[in-house]
Amino acid sequence: MDQILIIVLALNFLALGASRLRTVIRAVAMQGALIGLLPLFIHHEPEVRAILLSVGTILLKGVIVPGFLRYAKREADIRHESHPSIGYIPSLVLGAIGISFAVVFARTLPLEDLHKDSLLVPASLATVFCGFLLLTTRKMAINQVVGYLVLENGIFLFGMLLLEALPALVEIGALLDLFTGVFVMGIIIHHINREFASISTEHLTELKE
Amino acid sequence: MMALALIGVPLAMAALALALPWKRVRPWAVVAGGSGHLVVVIVALARDEPVEAFDRWLVLDPLGKVFLTLISVVFFACALYTPGYLALRPGRPNRSLCACMLLSLALMTVVSLAHHLGLMWVAVEAITLATALNIYFNQNHRALEATWKYLLICSVGIAVALLGSFFLAYAAFYPTLRSTLLFEELIGQARGEPGLKPEWLQAAFVMLLAGYGTKMGLAPMHTWKPDAYGEAPGVVGAMLAGCVTTCAFLAILRFYKILDAAGQTAFAQELMVFMGLLSMATGAVFMVRQRDFKRMLAYSSVEHMGILVLGVGIGGSLAMFGVLLHLINNALTKGVLFLSAGNIHRAFDSKYVDDVRGAMRLLPVSGSLFLLGFLAIAGSPPFGPFLSEFTILRGALSGKRYVIAAIYLALLAMVFVGMGGTVLKVVQGQPLTETTPRRYRDRLTTAGPILLLMALVLLLGVYVPPPLEAMLRNAVEFLESH
Repeated sequence: MDQILIIVLALNFLALGASRLRTVIRAVAMQGALIGLLPLFIHHEPEVRAILLSVGTILLKGVIVPGFLRYAKREADIRHESHPSIGYIPSLVLGAIGISFAVVFARTLPLEDLHKDSLLVPASLATVFCGFLLLTTRKMAINQVVGYLVLENGIFLFGMLLLEALPALVEIGALLDLFTGVFVMGIIIHHINREFASISTEHLTELKE
Repeated sequence: MMALALIGVPLAMAALALALPWKRVRPWAVVAGGSGHLVVVIVALARDEPVEAFDRWLVLDPLGKVFLTLISVVFFACALYTPGYLALRPGRPNRSLCACMLLSLALMTVVSLAHHLGLMWVAVEAITLATALNIYFNQNHRALEATWKYLLICSVGIAVALLGSFFLAYAAFYPTLRSTLLFEELIGQARGEPGLKPEWLQAAFVMLLAGYGTKMGLAPMHTWKPDAYGEAPGVVGAMLAGCVTTCAFLAILRFYKILDAAGQTAFAQELMVFMGLLSMATGAVFMVRQRDFKRMLAYSSVEHMGILVLGVGIGGSLAMFGVLLHLINNALTKGVLFLSAGNIHRAFDSKYVDDVRGAMRLLPVSGSLFLLGFLAIAGSPPFGPFLSEFTILRGALSGKRYVIAAIYLALLAMVFVGMGGTVLKVVQGQPLTETTPRRYRDRLTTAGPILLLMALVLLLGVYVPPPLEAMLRNAVEFLESH
């Protein structure tokens, strides 16, 4: 399981450092599919419920939502983020600092003995941090949705700690939110695209003080 | 049975609104849903039997009664206003507006009944999605921008709330113990042994306050509010400010009670006092010289959400009573303000003070109601908000929180002056000739519901009916019980 988590962490860097949208979407799709595998490792003997959660998560986070993003990208005919407010190298450095902090910080947390040696908590905190970083520094609507997905992935990782004790909470949280949230966002992106003939939220600056 | 009826009536009407092919009949489904819901709420309150369903996942407790009644009354007024308003906008499709309003009502009912952490979270998330479509009603650039900001900021907020819920569940997690997400059981565990882990509990509360606070519109997560309230139709603004933010506040109160039971009251209170004063100050600063009167109402909402959170932070039975009373007064008065502002917007075809003058002359009813609504929300007697703001002040003084009381009064004064400037410009003077109104005049359908709300605001200022007072006292007792 730790190997998966290390790849998940590495994918954060890919999402932070890539300028090509295709790469960013691919990174978040792989990340989603990988964390979808985790429920199978948490249970000692995989039960039907865990398998369903796993399959559902992989489908949503790994296939459907990224497919939706690709569709939006194609419709708008864009390949690169226009001007991130922080460059790619600085955001990689920030991401690295954030991840190291998350690892150090997770060691100081009062975790149950059961979870002391797991990489889940540092991976979760680091991924949440990277999600926020993407959300706040990227200006294109598609990239902001990617940031939101990374944030969700981070939260899902934390949910894995509670999967055995409270499966319902994790299931509700993981699937419903993601599906509906991105669905509606997709519709809006579609309209932004049509109205502004471009998909950057930079045009959305009419409303301010 | 009762619980299912409460949720089922608006849900059935939402389905009906979706299915109805006639545009002019559809708004009446909203009226039917709103009045049906109100009737079921009254029956549920009048009968002494406990209302619960699904293994106590849904329970109508004393706190929920206050919120449910308030939501139902405000929605009823909004529903009455809807047919008249939509008749003024014949060019706009109304299917999604009608269906989403009713769907939100059903979901808000779920929030006020939910005793399960996960269920409550799902309902709040779903309300966000349902109302996003309503903000997009006008389908222009500005509405699109407002909807995008609303959706993105609130989705992030709600994601943070989910992380907070996970932290709370982890605070209650012991490998040897059966885990639970029901509020009563969490409170029971907080009081007993082995309790909740304090570090995780505190982290959870910070996340939950930030997450649900985003939905409530507390500063500094309030940035979606002016855009959304400014661009959405007045009736949607009234629903957001009166009902949706109310639901988010209920969620925060539920978590406050868990911290209180775990002996972390001081931690929660300090945070809430800080957030409350910050929101009041933000609202006050941005209301001064505000040119767009709908955005001004949004900042007023930020301010009043701040007052509610501040009141909880002050604590004690007196302040809590004031908070619940203010919750009601604020929601009703916001209904008056948003709906009358909507009428003024329709008549002048603008929501900027540069174009809008002499609203009282042109629209005697809506203009006067807008002015009265301002006087009420700014805390002048004899209206309801004066009484509740004063009760919160008394709570602060009796708790010897003199500095807080002084800042609170100073900010209220600043709001009065700042908001007054804009409102008086709108209502006084002569209408500018070049913006002579073409379409809208006050009618019973669009002015009547506002009059109803205003009458309630005035009533609550001079006389709190005994059944309401008993309901509020029960809720305070429920919140403060140890």
